Amino acid sequence: MRFSHHINSRTLPLIVTSLLFVILFGFGSIAYPSFFSAQVFINLLIDNAFLCVVAIGMTFVILSGGIDLSVGSIVALTTMVTASLVEHQHWSIYSVIPLVLLMGAAFGMLMGVLIYVFKLQAFIVTLGGMFLARGLCYVISIDSIAITDAAYTEISQYRIMLGDEVFISINAVIALITLAVAIYLAQYTRFGRTVYAIGGNERSAQLMGLPVGQTTILVYTLSGFCSALGGVLVTFYMLSGYGLHALGMELDAIAAAVIGGTLLTGGVGYVAGSLVGVLILGVIQSLISFDGTLSSWWTRIAVGVLLCLFCLMQRLFERGGTSFSALFAYWKKPLEPAGRAD
Amino acid sequence: MTVEPILVMQGICKSFPGVNALKNAQLRLFPGEVHALMGQNGAGKSTLIKVLTGVETPDAGEIRLNGQAISPACVGEAQKMGITAVYQEINLCPNLSVAENIFIGRFPMRAIGIDWKTIEHQAAAELAALNIHIDVSLPLASYPVAIQQMVAIARALTTEAQVLILDEPTSSLDEGEVERLFQALRQLKQKGMAIVFITHFLDQTYAIADRITVLRNGEFIGEYPASTLSRLDLINTMVGREINEASYAANSSAQAASVADKPYVSARGLGSTGGMHPFDLDLYRGQVTGLGGLLGSGRTETARLLFGIDRADSGTIRVDGHAVKLNSPRQAVRYGIAFCPEDRKNEGIVADLSIRENIILALQARRGIFHYLPKRAQSAIAEQYIEQLGIRTSDAEKPIGQLSGGNQQKALLARWLATDPKMLILDEPTRGIDIAAKLEIMELVKAQCKKGLAILFISSEMSEVLRVSDRIAVLRDRQKIGEIAGHDADEQNVFRMIAGAEA
Amino acid sequence: MKRLPTTWRDLARHPLFWPGVTLVLLCLVNVYFNRSFFAIEIKSGHLYGSVIDILNRAAPLMLVAMGMTLVIATRGIDISVGATVAISGAVVASLIGGSLIIQNGVQTYVSNVPMPLAIIAALAVALLCGLWNGLLVAGAGMQPIIATLILMVAGRGIAQLITEGQIVTVYYEPFFIIGNGFLLGIPVSLYIVALVLAIMLLLIHRTALGLFIESVGINPVAARFSGISARALVFWVYAFCALTAGIAALIITSNVKSADGNNAGLLLELDAILAVTLGGTSLAGGRFSIMGSLLGSLIIQTLTYAIYSLGVPPEINMVVKALVVFGVCLIQSEALRAMLGKHLFRTGEAA
Repeated sequence: MRFSHHINSRTLPLIVTSLLFVILFGFGSIAYPSFFSAQVFINLLIDNAFLCVVAIGMTFVILSGGIDLSVGSIVALTTMVTASLVEHQHWSIYSVIPLVLLMGAAFGMLMGVLIYVFKLQAFIVTLGGMFLARGLCYVISIDSIAITDAAYTEISQYRIMLGDEVFISINAVIALITLAVAIYLAQYTRFGRTVYAIGGNERSAQLMGLPVGQTTILVYTLSGFCSALGGVLVTFYMLSGYGLHALGMELDAIAAAVIGGTLLTGGVGYVAGSLVGVLILGVIQSLISFDGTLSSWWTRIAVGVLLCLFCLMQRLFERGGTSFSALFAYWKKPLEPAGRAD
Repeated sequence: MTVEPILVMQGICKSFPGVNALKNAQLRLFPGEVHALMGQNGAGKSTLIKVLTGVETPDAGEIRLNGQAISPACVGEAQKMGITAVYQEINLCPNLSVAENIFIGRFPMRAIGIDWKTIEHQAAAELAALNIHIDVSLPLASYPVAIQQMVAIARALTTEAQVLILDEPTSSLDEGEVERLFQALRQLKQKGMAIVFITHFLDQTYAIADRITVLRNGEFIGEYPASTLSRLDLINTMVGREINEASYAANSSAQAASVADKPYVSARGLGSTGGMHPFDLDLYRGQVTGLGGLLGSGRTETARLLFGIDRADSGTIRVDGHAVKLNSPRQAVRYGIAFCPEDRKNEGIVADLSIRENIILALQARRGIFHYLPKRAQSAIAEQYIEQLGIRTSDAEKPIGQLSGGNQQKALLARWLATDPKMLILDEPTRGIDIAAKLEIMELVKAQCKKGLAILFISSEMSEVLRVSDRIAVLRDRQKIGEIAGHDADEQNVFRMIAGAEA
Repeated sequence: MKRLPTTWRDLARHPLFWPGVTLVLLCLVNVYFNRSFFAIEIKSGHLYGSVIDILNRAAPLMLVAMGMTLVIATRGIDISVGATVAISGAVVASLIGGSLIIQNGVQTYVSNVPMPLAIIAALAVALLCGLWNGLLVAGAGMQPIIATLILMVAGRGIAQLITEGQIVTVYYEPFFIIGNGFLLGIPVSLYIVALVLAIMLLLIHRTALGLFIESVGINPVAARFSGISARALVFWVYAFCALTAGIAALIITSNVKSADGNNAGLLLELDAILAVTLGGTSLAGGRFSIMGSLLGSLIIQTLTYAIYSLGVPPEINMVVKALVVFGVCLIQSEALRAMLGKHLFRTGEAA
C-alpha cells in the first residue's frame, strides 16, 4: 500500500485536481476533434502564463495564512509603467523591466510591513493596495498605451519550436522557470518552510523561534514581485499598458490556488497545485471557446462552482481533520508500543 | 547530598497589576531527577515556569544555572542556555511533517537546500530514542495527541536541553500513552537530565516524580522527596488552610430541609468520549450539590455536558421527570438550566456591552428576538439586581469590562437569576475574586438555593465546596467516584476519597 | 441609549463625532471650491443642488453599507454585494425590458412583466444570494471572506447569463421613478433609504436584534452560552445584507436605465466596507452604528464630488480612497496606538 501512504488530507485535493484536469482535457479531446493536440495543451500555458506567475505569488501568501487582493492592480500598474516608460520616455526595456519588478516588490513589501508591524488585517491592507495601484494607473494615463518598441515586439512574438509543429512562447518559459524557482523556495529553503509553519500555527512558529515577522513581510514582497513579473508577461502578451488590464485577476489567482489544493486557512498546499489550478481555468476557457455555442460568462460560473466545491471539500477535511487523518495513521501504522525496540 | 543542583531559582517575585503572582518562590533541580511542581490553580506554577523560560521577567530573585546567574530574556535565549519547555497545548505546526516539526528552525542544509534525507533519518532516530517508531514523513496532525506530545519532547531534546520542563503534558493522554511518556522520561533521567513535571494527576506524580515542590498562592511551601510525602499530606499542603473557621462552622447541614423528593435534573450514564466517563448525577431543587475534585478531574466537563455545550455520547438526562436531549445551551436554557462558566472573560461577559445589557442578555435570548424588553424594563431589572446583589458601579450603563472580577461575576449571576432558572451551574464562581466578594457570592448562592433553586457548585477551593454544599459528588480523573452528604463531609474525608487507593 | 452630550469631552467621545467632523470638513473643502455648494434651488418642482445630488448618488451605497454594517458587526464580511447588485439588476432589467407601443393612437410604455412582479423577483433573487452566503458561513462554517468570494466570482457570470452578455436597456418609463424620480421635490431614492433606515432602526432598537448582533460580534461564545442562537442570527444577517444590495440594484438599474452584468455595482463591496469602517464600526465586529455607516457613505460620495470639483480626473479618486483606507486602518491599529503610547489616544481599554 505504498500509494495510500501518500494520500492524506494534504495531497488528496491535489490528486483530485489533477484528475479533474485530465478528465476535462479528455472530455475536450472526445468532444472536439482538433482538441487533442500538444499545441492546445501548450497554448493553455502560453495564454495563462501571466496568471500562473501571479497565482504562484498568491499561493505563498495563502500558504502563510494571508490574502493579497492587490495582485491584479499591481499587474495593471506594471503594464502602465512599462508602456509609459518604453513608449513615452523611450527607455530601454532592459532597464524598465528590472525597475518595474523592483517596484512591484517594494509595493508588496510596504503592504507586508503594514500587515505585520501594525497588525492590520491583510484583507483590508491589500484592498487599499488594490485601490492605490489601480488609481496610480490612471494617474499615468486613462487610456490604453500601445507598445510598439521593436525589442518588445520581438520578444513578444518569439517562438521556441519544440519539434516541427509545436511551439512555446517566452512567456510560458518564464512561467515555468518561475514555477521551478517557487517549488524550490517552498520545499528546500528555510523561508519556504517558515511560510508553511506560519500558515499552520503562527503562535507556534513564534514559539519555535522562527523569524515570523521577516517572513511575513517577505511573503508579500514575493507576491508583489510575482505580480509585477505577471505584469511584464501581460505586456509581452498584449503589447499594451492599460489601467483596466487584469481586472479581477486577484479572484482568478485565488481560485487557481484553491482549486490547486491550497487550503485558504493556510499551511497546506503545493505551489505546483496552483499550476494545475491555472491549467484547469484555462481548459475550461478552451472548452467553452471550442464549443462555440456557450458564452464566455460560463467560465466565471464554472470557476465559481469549482471554487465552491473545493472549499466545501476543504471544510470536510478540516472538520473531519483529526478523525480523518487519524484514520489513515492508525490504519497504516498501528501505534507500536515499546516492545518493538527490543 | 553531594550532588550540586543544576538549577536554583531563589526569591523569585513577580506581580501583575493587582495580583502578586509569585512571592519568594523557589525551585531546585538536580540532574537526573524528575521534579514535580505541584499546586492549586493560581498557585503560581505557570508563572514560575514562564520566568524560567524567559517569557516573563521576574521583579526580584535570581536564577542560577550550573552555578552561574542567568536572566533569559526570551524563549530563544533560554533554549540556547539549555532550558526548554513543552506545554500542554502543543506548540508545533500540525500541517508540517513530524520530522520537520522536530528540526524546523535548525534545518541541516546542503549546498542546494534543506537536507530532507538527513532530517528524516535523524528525526526517526530521535523518536526511536524515545521508543517511538512512526513514519516521520507524515503530517503531525495525522498522529494522536500523545505522539504529538512526544514529538514536542523530541524537538525539545534536539536543542541539547539540560533542563526539560513539561507543563501538564499528560492532560490529554490515556493511560497507555502516559506510560510511554514515562518510559521516555525515565530514560532521559538516566542520561542526567533534570525534568520539571507539572500535572494535576496525583497518580502520575507518584509514578514518576523523585521530588515534589509545592507552591500555594505564589509562595514556596516546601520541597519533599516523593517517597516520604503521603498523598493526603500532599493534598493538604497544596490546599492549605485559608478557611476562616467561623464561616466553616456554618456548614449547610442545618438547612437541607426543604429538599424536593424528586430531582430536577437527573443524569444516568451520561458521558462523552474524550470527556467524562459515564456518570449518574441527581440535582435537587433547594439543594447545593458540590463537585469535589482536583483540577482536571472533570468538573467543568460535567458542567458542559449538563448545559448542552458538549454533546453526550452516552446516557440520558431527565429534566423534571421528562427525558430530554440537550444539544445546545439554548435548549438547556429553555429547560430552566443556567450556567456561569469558569472562564469569565472569554465565555461569560460581553465586555463592550453595558452592565444592563449583560444582565438582561439571557432573559432576552429566552424571550426571543421580537419580544423585546423595553429599555425601561431593562433598566429596572438591572437596577434591581445591582442593588440586590450589591454590584458596585456608578451606573448600569458602564461597559461590564470595566468592573472588577467580583462585580462581573455578580452581574453574570444576575444575568441568570433574571431568567428565573430552576437549576444553576456555577463553575468556579469565585475564581480571581477577593475574599470579601467571595463571601458575598457564597451567601448569594445559599440564599438563591433556599428559594428553591437547584445548584451545582464547582470550585477548586475545597473549603468553599464544603461550606456551601448539601451533597458533594467527588470526581477523579474524569470519573465520578462517589458522593458524600454535606454534614458528613470534611476535607479529610473528601481528600481521602480523591487520594483513593492509598487512603 | 444615547444621552445628550453634556460636555465637549462627551461629544468627542460620541461614536459619530469623527465621521461627522470628517464630513463637515469635506463639505467645507467643497464650499471653498464651489461657493454655491450648499445652494438648493427649486427647478420644476424638484429640489436641485450639489447636496441633493450627493445624497441621491450615495443612495445605493448607503443601502448596501447599512446591510454590510450588520454583517461586519457579527465579525463577518460580505464581498459579494457587488455581484448581487449585478444579478438583481440583470433580473429586474430583463423582466421589465419594455417597449414603447402605440395603443389606440396613444403612446404607452409596456413592460414584459408587471413591474411590481419584476421588482419582487429581483429582491427575491438577491435574498437567495444572501441565503446562499448565510448557508456557507453559518451552515458550513466557512470563513466569511471565502464563502462570499464564491458568489463574487460566479455572480457576474450569472448576471451575464441572465442578460445574455448584453447590456439590457429598460424602456419602461414608470421604472425610472425609482432612480430618477422625485416625490414632493425630493429624490425617490432617498425615500427608499429612509424607509430601509427606519425599518433597521426599528429592528435594532425595538427588538433585541441589535443587542444580539453586538453580543455575537463581541463574544460569540458568551452569546451562545447565554442562549442566543448565533448561527441563525448570522445566517439571516447575510440574507438581509444581500437584500439591501438588491434594493440598491433597483436604484442603480433605474438610474442608468440599463443593466450591465459586467460593471453594475463594480467595487461596491469595497466602498461599502470602507463606508462602514469610516462610520466607526470596527472590522473586528461588535458595537456598530448604522448612522455612522450612512455618514461614511456620504463621506465617500462627498469626497468623490470634491475630487470632481477640483477638476482632477475622477479616476484619481481611487488613490485618495486608498490613502483613506490606510489612514483609517492605522488609526484603528492597536499596535500603532501601543507604539505611540497610550497618552495620545484615549482608549477604552479596561484592565
